[in-house]
This record gives sequence, structure tokens and C-alpha cells, in this order.
Amino acid sequence: MARTLAQKVWQDHVVRSAEGEPDLLYIDLHLIHEVTSPQAFDGLRDAGRPVRRPDLTLATEDHNVPTIDIDKPIADPVSRAQVEALRKNCAEFGVPIYSLGNVEQGIVHVVGPQLGLTQPGMTVVCGDSHTSTHGAFGALAFGIGTSEVEHVLATQTLPLKPFKTMAITVNGALPAGVSAKDLILAVIAKIGTGGGQGYVLEYRGDAISALSMEGRMTICNMSIEAGARAGMIAPDETTFAYLEGKERAPKGAEWDAAVAYWKTLQTDADAVFDREVVIEASELSPFVTWGTNPGQGVPLSANVPSPADAVDEVDRIAIENALTYMNLTAGTPMRDVKVDTVFIGSCTNGRIEDLRVAAEVMKGRTVAEGMRVLVVPGSVRVRLQAHAEGLDEIFSAAGAEWREAGCSMCLAMNPDMLAPGERSASTSNRNFEGRQGPGGRTHLVSPAVAAATAIVGRLASPADLEK
Amino acid sequence: MEAFTTHTGTAAPLRRSNVDTDQIIPAVYLKRITRHGFEDGLFSAWRKKPEFVLNQADYQGVTILVAGPDFGTGSSREHAVWALQDFGFKVVISSRFADIFRGNSGKGGLLTAQVDQEVVERLWSLLEVDPATPVTVDLAAREIRAGDLVANFDVDDYVRWRLMEGLDDVGITLKSADDITAFEARRPMFLPKTD
Repeated sequence: MARTLAQKVWQDHVVRSAEGEPDLLYIDLHLIHEVTSPQAFDGLRDAGRPVRRPDLTLATEDHNVPTIDIDKPIADPVSRAQVEALRKNCAEFGVPIYSLGNVEQGIVHVVGPQLGLTQPGMTVVCGDSHTSTHGAFGALAFGIGTSEVEHVLATQTLPLKPFKTMAITVNGALPAGVSAKDLILAVIAKIGTGGGQGYVLEYRGDAISALSMEGRMTICNMSIEAGARAGMIAPDETTFAYLEGKERAPKGAEWDAAVAYWKTLQTDADAVFDREVVIEASELSPFVTWGTNPGQGVPLSANVPSPADAVDEVDRIAIENALTYMNLTAGTPMRDVKVDTVFIGSCTNGRIEDLRVAAEVMKGRTVAEGMRVLVVPGSVRVRLQAHAEGLDEIFSAAGAEWREAGCSMCLAMNPDMLAPGERSASTSNRNFEGRQGPGGRTHLVSPAVAAATAIVGRLASPADLEK
Repeated sequence: MEAFTTHTGTAAPLRRSNVDTDQIIPAVYLKRITRHGFEDGLFSAWRKKPEFVLNQADYQGVTILVAGPDFGTGSSREHAVWALQDFGFKVVISSRFADIFRGNSGKGGLLTAQVDQEVVERLWSLLEVDPATPVTVDLAAREIRAGDLVANFDVDDYVRWRLMEGLDDVGITLKSADDITAFEARRPMFLPKTD
């Protein structure tokens, strides 16, 4: 029977299958971090269970860590205790860990791919919803809760019901200046924050094939914002080229065997998806959010929507609540929205290509008066690469703050936060109320729009700088 | 885990869609390493406002939350489930739940009862007119009863069985330890290791 990519990967990992029960799925890679794992390790200790496969488990410190003064102890005692609990748990259970100060430390979803640990056809889980990032390699990768973290630690498996499949076909080519981030924001606005629920999204079509691995990771990363369990892109030559030579990628004869298998990981021509969505890439332009969920987005050239545009009563209330929280007036051009802080980083857009794009825009320019700009690499490796290319000097010369690696201002768990009422343009993934700090207001944007906004002081694209 | 068969309690109407897990419990509360005591973080931003439903005298002691569509979107934090439970909630009723939140709820013993939005609207009206209305959520019959309203709800068969038996997933899976070992022997050599 013809199968989709997701179905192939699923079926290759079924340990046990029985009528009326979920499939028991084997997990190839389990990534952990300090926030969602302490209670899982406690559960193991209470039951006297070991970690079944510490050699398939990897920990890193990311959510809580500060991005300045990392040579000093973490100032917040509660954050410090959580990071110390992770270190203690990893030592006790034999799990490898990349701690603050280690050259491999960084955001969990940046670290896995750059080491070559994330490979096509694998099952990858992590107690973090943005685990969908790893689907860019043709892996089936999804976020789990703490009970499931404990379950994977104890058994290296998860009981799961098969997901439905949705094809998101992006035809044509993205116009110049339109990035993977703009594309995924447009997809979420189209299908809604609940549109992907129960589905694995497979992104396909010419515009997807043309993307770099980093662009593909941005797309798959935000699948969860459409409610999907996972996002996937079939592996191709771009994928193989990215992986070849990476530290944990197969070598020699094993590389050949792996590539031969990876090449089978394509959706069969006559496979049927449960749902299909088609998008014309040529119709897209830079995209920004105006509201308090990632589906509340419009082109940068558009205006703030009105409750009168609502499709139903629930939507009308949601628009009203969002406008109140965001302190926006319906009909205001998005380009007139003044911004206080720009954040460039996160598991969505904290990779080297993202920093290159931002640096190109900011090179030789100065950030707007009073604007705070944080540029935060997704990992220590990304930071070092940026140094090698001189990007840090461009950011510093423009008046931006160049930081150490971590989740930073994506979520208000570390010192990098918005003040109440402060407005950001952020390359992260969530514009929920208070996500970047209590009372903070977030506009999700691409790295190029973030950098241009930093210069102009209002939401802007690089094209606005040339006028 | 405590077995769940049927629950009767009072309920609060939460007239919002897209209640994301950052609203249910902001990240700042996630720094704790304990499994309990998250009730202070539940809806912490909204609870600062007197008009918020859970601050109203009529809705004290509620055990059932009736919310708009797309409840539990966003982060995978299971703390959202723990915060609801620590506050006293046994059931959340909504017309659509985010997948990870729903999965987490099933693991922790919080019932997520999915109904048509029309049922949510009727419950909201009922609870706003008479907040003391007892609401019964009968997992065996998959039925919600409140006043003259009787409605079926959706819940996954397997989750329902586990909730009714009060079973722990790890214990169930470890019965298949031989299957897991056999699978491991078949895994391709080229797959990576972390150590």
C-alpha cells in the first residue's frame, strides 16, 4: 500500500501493535533540558527504575540560562536549583549533558541538528513542543509532556495512536526578501492555530525543496503553532549535504547504508493524505503577527484587523481581547506600529543563516533611538561561527547587544524579558499574552524584518531601508 | 493514579478561545522541580483582575472548567495540567483541545471532555444564570449532565480505559520489555548515539 513519509517512519518504529491499543513506538533520540525533566527523574527514583538507554539520551541547559555573565553562578536561586537538578540527575542516571560553558551547549533544537544527531527517518522526542524542528530532516519529531519524558527514560518507547497526515504543498518560488519564517506565519494564519491538530504536516513543493536546512527547520519548528503534532520534510540532497561530515553522522560504509535508506523516505506518488493544503509561494510577502496567537498574522503591508472582520462570535471576542492586550487600533497600518525591543534568536531563528541575514541588514546602520536589540545565538557553536564571520562586530557597531547562547527572550524564564507594556518584534515562535514577560506585547517576525525594525523603530522590512 | 469513573461538581464558564498553556501557567512558575503546588500559578495574569471568573464569589470551589475552542495550545508543559489539578479541577470541557495538552491530561488523570461548541455555549449560559448548577461528568457513559442538558462527550477509548482503571503507562509498557529488547536488536547500525 502506498504510504506517506510519516507513515513509513512510524511503521519502521513499531515495537508492538495490538487491536484497540496504541502502537508502542521506539524512540531513537530523546533530548532533555532542565524544565520538563526533574519530575520525570523523580518518578524513576520513586519506582527504582534506571534510564533504559542513556546512550540515546542527551541533555542541554537552555530555558533558564542567562545570556550574560555566564561564568558567574546563575543569579536567580530557583533557576539555579533547576539547572543543578538537571546536572545531578544526569550524573546519577548516566545521561550525557552539555552544561553552560561547554562548547556544545545551546538550545536543544539547535544542538541536535548541528551535531548530526538528528537524521532522516528517526523518531525524536523532547519535553518541548518545538521538537517539531527536527522534522526538517525527515525525522518524526514531536514534543511530549513530563509523564512521557519519564516513560521514554524508563522504556525508550511511547504508546501512541497514529497521527493523521496533511500535505502542505508550496508551489513556485518565494519572492526575493520573503523567508521561511514569512511562509510558516502565512501557513498558520491560513489553517489556524487548531488547523493541524492530530496531524503530521508534510511540507512539499518547489518552494520547500529550494530551502536550506536552516529554513526547513524554521518551517518545521512552528508546525506546533498550527496545532500539529509534527512537521516533516522529505530528505534530499540538501539534507545529505548538511549531514555529511557532521560529528555524529554515519561515516564510511555506514554513511552509504544510511543514505540508501534515507532515499526511500519519500511519500509514495499514489499515497493519500488525510488533508491537503496548497499555497502559491509567489503570492507571499513579509508577514507579521498583530495579535496574541501565532495565527493572528497579516502581511506587513496590511492593517490591523477589526472585530468586524471576525468569522464568528468566538473569533470576534478573540480579536477584541487581542487588540486590547496589544493596545492596537483596528485599521492601523502594521508599518506604523512602533517597537521598543527587537529580539533575534530562539530555536525558530537562532541559527547562523538567521544571524547572517540580520547582520546584512544592520551592517553600517545604527539602531533607532531608544531601541533595545538583543541578538542571541542558538548555541555556542553558532556564536563561534558568527565570531569567525565578524557578525558580532556588525551587531555591536549597530548598537545591538550580542549575547551568549540560550532561549533568552523567547520565554520569560531567564533574565531576558519584556517590561509590562513594552512592545517587541521577535524572531521567536509565540506571541501569547505575557510570553516574553508579564504585560509584554509581541509581534512575530522574520530575522530580516526584525533587523529592519531595529533600524527604523517601527515594523519594517529591509526594502523600507532602501527608500 | 486515582481511578476516574464519574464526577459531580460545580463549574466555571471561561469565555475564551485559544487558552494557551502560557496563560494556564506562565513560564516563571516552571522553574520549580516539584510535582505539586502549582495552584498559585494557574491563570496567574488573569487572576490579578477582579472580574476574572475564578475570582468571583459564585465560582469558588469549582471542579470543572468550561472553555472555548483550542484549549491548551502552545508549550508542552505538563505543569499546565498539574496547575489545574492542584487548583482543584477534575475536568475541562471544551470543543477542541490541543494534542499535547490532551495527552498530558490523560497521563495525569485530568479528564478532557470534548463536546460540540454548541454544548459549550449552552453550559456557559446555564452556569452564568445559575453558577450553583451541579454538573456531572460520567466517564462510563461518556455523558455530561447539567440542569436539563444531557450531552455526550468524546474521549479516546484507550485513555478512558486507563482513567477508569487508574493505570500507569510505564507499568503497562514494561510488560512488553522483551518486545523492546527484540526491536533494539534489529535497529540499523548507522543510527547515532549520544555518549
